[in-house]
Amino acid sequence: MLLEIKNLHASINGNEILKGIDLKVDFGEVHAIMGPNGSGKSTLASILAGREDYEITEGEIWYNGKNLLELAPEDRAREGLFLAFQYPVEIPGVSNTNLLKTAVNEIRKYRGEEELDAIEFLQLLKEKSKLVNLDEKFLSRSVNEGFSGGEKKRNEIFQMAVLNPKLAILDETDSGLDIDALRIVANGVNTLRSNENAIVVVTHYQRLLNYIIPDYVHVLYQGKIVKSGSKELALELEEKGYDWIKNQTEEVSA
Amino acid sequence: MSVTETQKIEELANREYKYGFVTEVEEDKLPKGLNEDIIRQLSEKKGEPDWMLEWRLKAYRHWLTMTEPHWPNVKYDPIDYQDISYYSAPKKKPKYNSLDEIDPAIRETYNKLGIPLEEQMMLAGVAVDAVFDSVSVATTFKDKLKELGIIFCSMSEAIKEHPDLIKKYLGSVVPYTDNFFAALNSAVFSDGSFVYVPKGVRCPMELSTYFRINASETGQFERTLIVADEGAYVSYLEGCTAPIRDENQLHAAVVELIALDNATIKYSTVQNWYPGDKEGKGGIYNFVTKRGLCKGVNSKISWTQVETGSAITWKYPSCILQGDNSIGEFYSVAVTNNYQQADTGTKMIHIGKNTKSTIVSKGISAGRSNNSYRGLVKIGKKAENARNFSQCDSLLIGDKCGAHTFPYLEINNPTAQVEHEATTSKIGEDQIFYLNQRGISKEDAVNLIVNGYVKEVLAELPMEFAVEAQKLLSISLEGSVG
Ligand SMILES: Nc1ncnc2c1ncn2[C@@H]1O[C@H](COP(=O)(O)OP(=O)(O)OP(=O)(O)O)[C@@H](O)[C@H]1O
Ligand SMILES: [Mg+2]
Repeated sequence: MLLEIKNLHASINGNEILKGIDLKVDFGEVHAIMGPNGSGKSTLASILAGREDYEITEGEIWYNGKNLLELAPEDRAREGLFLAFQYPVEIPGVSNTNLLKTAVNEIRKYRGEEELDAIEFLQLLKEKSKLVNLDEKFLSRSVNEGFSGGEKKRNEIFQMAVLNPKLAILDETDSGLDIDALRIVANGVNTLRSNENAIVVVTHYQRLLNYIIPDYVHVLYQGKIVKSGSKELALELEEKGYDWIKNQTEEVSA
Repeated sequence: MSVTETQKIEELANREYKYGFVTEVEEDKLPKGLNEDIIRQLSEKKGEPDWMLEWRLKAYRHWLTMTEPHWPNVKYDPIDYQDISYYSAPKKKPKYNSLDEIDPAIRETYNKLGIPLEEQMMLAGVAVDAVFDSVSVATTFKDKLKELGIIFCSMSEAIKEHPDLIKKYLGSVVPYTDNFFAALNSAVFSDGSFVYVPKGVRCPMELSTYFRINASETGQFERTLIVADEGAYVSYLEGCTAPIRDENQLHAAVVELIALDNATIKYSTVQNWYPGDKEGKGGIYNFVTKRGLCKGVNSKISWTQVETGSAITWKYPSCILQGDNSIGEFYSVAVTNNYQQADTGTKMIHIGKNTKSTIVSKGISAGRSNNSYRGLVKIGKKAENARNFSQCDSLLIGDKCGAHTFPYLEINNPTAQVEHEATTSKIGEDQIFYLNQRGISKEDAVNLIVNGYVKEVLAELPMEFAVEAQKLLSISLEGSVG
């Protein structure tokens, strides 16, 4: 098992956002997490990545045999966990290349591997930028600074491709992408897909799931996974909206 | 910022000063206090000619009429000028023929500091006139410079060996009447460096001096004078470190640069004096007057500084653009952490026609420190077509520090073109987290952002210095983010 979340409760400033999440993700799998705005999808992603603003009040998270909650955010990344942010932040003065060079070498150091030399590294960048059709001029630009919404998302997938993670969490990477970009991004993700890794896609739209076909679809609602199913569940949601699930949930809790 | 992060900032803001150690060397020291008699003794100890003593006394008498300025945006306890010893020198002070003859304790100090006073120096092409406290103990590369007619020696030596040049230029850019600290320096300056590059000569190496403050409670009053004659070029590096002290130490240096027709002087500083401990105790008071005179046509003076040390920094390396088409530049990175205070910037005084100036100032504040940029751009009546571009940026790390910008403009000629840009940014928690998520630690994340922020200024430094400066920045900011 690559990821196992058990009864996760988390709150921020005293507000409980996650109210008992259980989720298992095995190698080679793709999971989609859907759910209405504000249901806690990004919160879950942030907690997995190690954002410190949240208080974990209950539950545990196991990642590749390790207690994830005991790892610093950078060590989680070095252990192969990658988050494509819903809102990638701008970092003026730090070029994409510089960030990735530091990241790749820190990760390699952690794993006891030799640092890449400049030539090997540039080769890696070129290869991966082709994969997501990212113009090379983005390599020398400051991280996300002045990027359009879609460019930021594509840049996240580019970084993912370079870092080659074990567990990739994509938080609404599809929103803001035009149709071509969506296909390119999906292609990038599918190329990465293997039996040695897993992908969790957070999305609002079935559209992306036409390209990245999930093994499981989960619905997160009010801090809980209220329904899980196969890829057909996404189609059903697209058709019916969330109301029937909300109603079901309320009936259950009533 | 979250509570936990704020706590961490406090926890982690406790780096120790890496260069804090004291060298045990016998010292020759004057008693504390300042009066005409002390100045006479000082001048005599240095074996100075009468005219120099007179010069000092004149400055001293003028200083007595002045009061300490308090307009900078810094706070400190009153300085007792009678509680300072104005002269200290290592006791065995003959000049050495080779580095091997230098007191082993002094050499050990240099080694700890990583100062390349040995073979590496030759490889690096750096001539070092090392000032240990107040007396020059080692000078290298003199012969090579001599061939070209370049004079590079201690100020004491220059007073004896080159009195005509000293009489002509000393105090010509910063007269003793200029300000309180310049007057004090003129009265009691202990030593410093003198450089003269003759007509048409391009100095083939970076000239460099390491100043060290070593004797306890000895104010340092360095005096530097650099003259580039017509068509000459020289690049000068100044770098400093100092050992830990409990008492605050006053440092009031004066640096004067003079560029004649078509001459260029590049002056680079990496300043890393003891900033005080994390509670704000101790540390150097760095009150410096640095000024360059672009006296000739097409002359150029460029100041580059990386200021990471001192408890209080108060300095404005300036350019007087007197010659037509002359150029003044100021590139600065000033870092303050913990309780450090810095009020620094520049003055660009445009007098000649078609004069140009560029100001790039990058302030970085962390901890509970305070960092102010203060700059004056003055365009004189006759300065036709003067141009200035100023860029003043502030970067904040954490939410307990302060950054201030005080730009002053005085434009007396309508043809002037003056541009000023200023930004303030903060290293955000979300930026750090983003970098963490890519496998980069908090400290490395800060370094990455800071290095990106200052690269424009570091690019102005000579290569070896730029590397050292980058290390210093990361040491200075260690623990600034939780
Ligand atoms: N600092 C905070 N203080 C209070 N509430 C917060 C805070 N941060 C997040 N929340 C709340 O937590 C809930 C979950 O937010 P989250 O961003 O995880 O939703 P989401 O499922 O990703 O929504 P979307 O689909 O709109 O991206 C929201 O109601 C949000 O307002
Ligand atoms: Mg979200």
